[in-house]
Amino acid sequence: MKKVFSRPKSMKDAVFHYCPGCGHSIIHRLIAEIIDELNIRGKVIGVPPAGCAVLAYDYFDIDMGEAPHGRGAAVATGLKRSLPDRIVFSYQGDGDIAAIGTAETIHAANRGERITTIFVNNGVYGMTGGQMAPTTIIGQISSTTPGGRNKDRDGVPIDLSEMLAITNGSVYIERTAVDSPKNIVRTKKAITKAFKVQMAGLGFSLVEVLSPCPTNLKMSPVQANEWIASTMTTCFPLKVIKDTVGKL
Amino acid sequence: MSEKMLLRGSHVIAEAAVRAGCRFYFGYPITPQNELTEYMANALASLPDGVFIQSESELAAINMVIGVSMTGKRVMTSSSSPGISLKQEGISYLAGQELPAVIINTMRGGPGLGNIAPAQGDYLQATRGGGHGDYRTIVLAPGSGQELADITRMAFEYADRYRIPVIILGDGMMGQMMEPVEFPDPIDPKSLPPKPWILDGAKGRPSRIIKSLILDTSAMEEHNWKLFRKYQMIDIEVPEMERFLTDDAHLAVISYGTASRIAKGAIKRVREMGLKVGLLRPKTLWPFPKRILLQMSRTISDFLVFEMSTGQMLEDVKLSLEGRGRIHFYGRPGGIISMPDEIAKVINNIYFKEGLERE
Repeated sequence: MKKVFSRPKSMKDAVFHYCPGCGHSIIHRLIAEIIDELNIRGKVIGVPPAGCAVLAYDYFDIDMGEAPHGRGAAVATGLKRSLPDRIVFSYQGDGDIAAIGTAETIHAANRGERITTIFVNNGVYGMTGGQMAPTTIIGQISSTTPGGRNKDRDGVPIDLSEMLAITNGSVYIERTAVDSPKNIVRTKKAITKAFKVQMAGLGFSLVEVLSPCPTNLKMSPVQANEWIASTMTTCFPLKVIKDTVGKL
Repeated sequence: MSEKMLLRGSHVIAEAAVRAGCRFYFGYPITPQNELTEYMANALASLPDGVFIQSESELAAINMVIGVSMTGKRVMTSSSSPGISLKQEGISYLAGQELPAVIINTMRGGPGLGNIAPAQGDYLQATRGGGHGDYRTIVLAPGSGQELADITRMAFEYADRYRIPVIILGDGMMGQMMEPVEFPDPIDPKSLPPKPWILDGAKGRPSRIIKSLILDTSAMEEHNWKLFRKYQMIDIEVPEMERFLTDDAHLAVISYGTASRIAKGAIKRVREMGLKVGLLRPKTLWPFPKRILLQMSRTISDFLVFEMSTGQMLEDVKLSLEGRGRIHFYGRPGGIISMPDEIAKVINNIYFKEGLERE
């Protein structure tokens, strides 16, 4: 019998703790598949964030070093500068990267650190129970914006990826989503490219992935994916935001 | 050993760090310790394996330290009081993740922005952990240029031996003062023993995790006790105290760092008048040399704690003496540098008030 589907080598034999319909499980699997396919297992070091994905190290079968909340880019910088021939990636949520860790992220990108960042944007603080995120969209109800996010009180959602694109050291930034099979395939292509950019030593690479959080959006998994397609992408359009690399 | 060189304290620490095999430095400018950062920038630029980053913040610097430390290489950051406050988040993580690192605090006046004059107001922050959680850092207090060189070497040794962040607690005066120094022979980082716990990509071995998140309460408790047992071991092996003219002393001044230099001058003055006074100078502030101090209370009746603060080490002296001896305090916070004559007067007053016997 032909085996058509199996666990990537870079994943441990563990059951995800993530909620039903959460995008983290899909993104984890994509990264593990990419590590296997690029044959870089044994050379990769990951930096998980504070947030739901802090337990990423329970699932990836690679070396991982936990960063304080928001400091993934700085910890990854230390790892990469110490071991320049390894592939270092940080895995960060929207609160981690676009609120508390904004400074570390912008400066790592500006220095052109040869690291790859996977920025998982679900528009809400997941682990702490559904508070407003820097990427919560206008009108979106969260536990700290009971009447919906108000532009005058809370500001508009921050376009971190577009901000990072301005920096000279960033070379490849793309926004994708995991709301549909088509977009999952696109996400895998984007993350593959981001890793290849690092392996070629070209500069800072980042993939922002719009990801469903049904639990905190108070939606069913299907509704959460529909919300990404119909609403979230109007604020965060799926596109290549910066690519000075071209084909790799 | 090197030949004698005349260097300011900040440069001594930097040179000693490079000679200890430190090839990674991350820092953010702050007075009065910029000379240290600048020296590292130059020294590491001339070494093929040297990495220097002027970080965007103290937070970024300490987190870069975490990243390098995870790979097992010797790494240092430095700052002064307000910047050290910012680093406390990372220091707590280093402690929880059991990562070695060396952190220099060139103390200045505070709280808040304070001033840029020498002070000793960060004693409690340094010796009680400083960040959140149940932890300690080794805190070393050099007293001279030569000791800055020796203690910096020791700081890296301790950090690696115990997998712990080590703080060198100096002050602006020590950082600026120029003294002749001999350095120990340089260490080639490649000759350092390999660390079996590092992250390097896991080639040919099971993958590793370095983390401080321990959600299970029993496991977290066990981690806390594990750290505690390590701290107990350090408390036995590391404490150090200089004793100066204490054999016949009735009164001992207890002070560290720059304050101890001033105290020494004062003691020489009062000795000329026949007062039997000595100096006890802790070289380690955590672990505090409490057993040595307690032992001294058998022959010394009076202790004068002199600090450039309103009284912080004073707490450790009281805890160590367990009610024995009479404890006096004199402090000058805010960046004031006392003169030896001023301290001599204080010693005189106490000596005669307590009716201590002269020679």
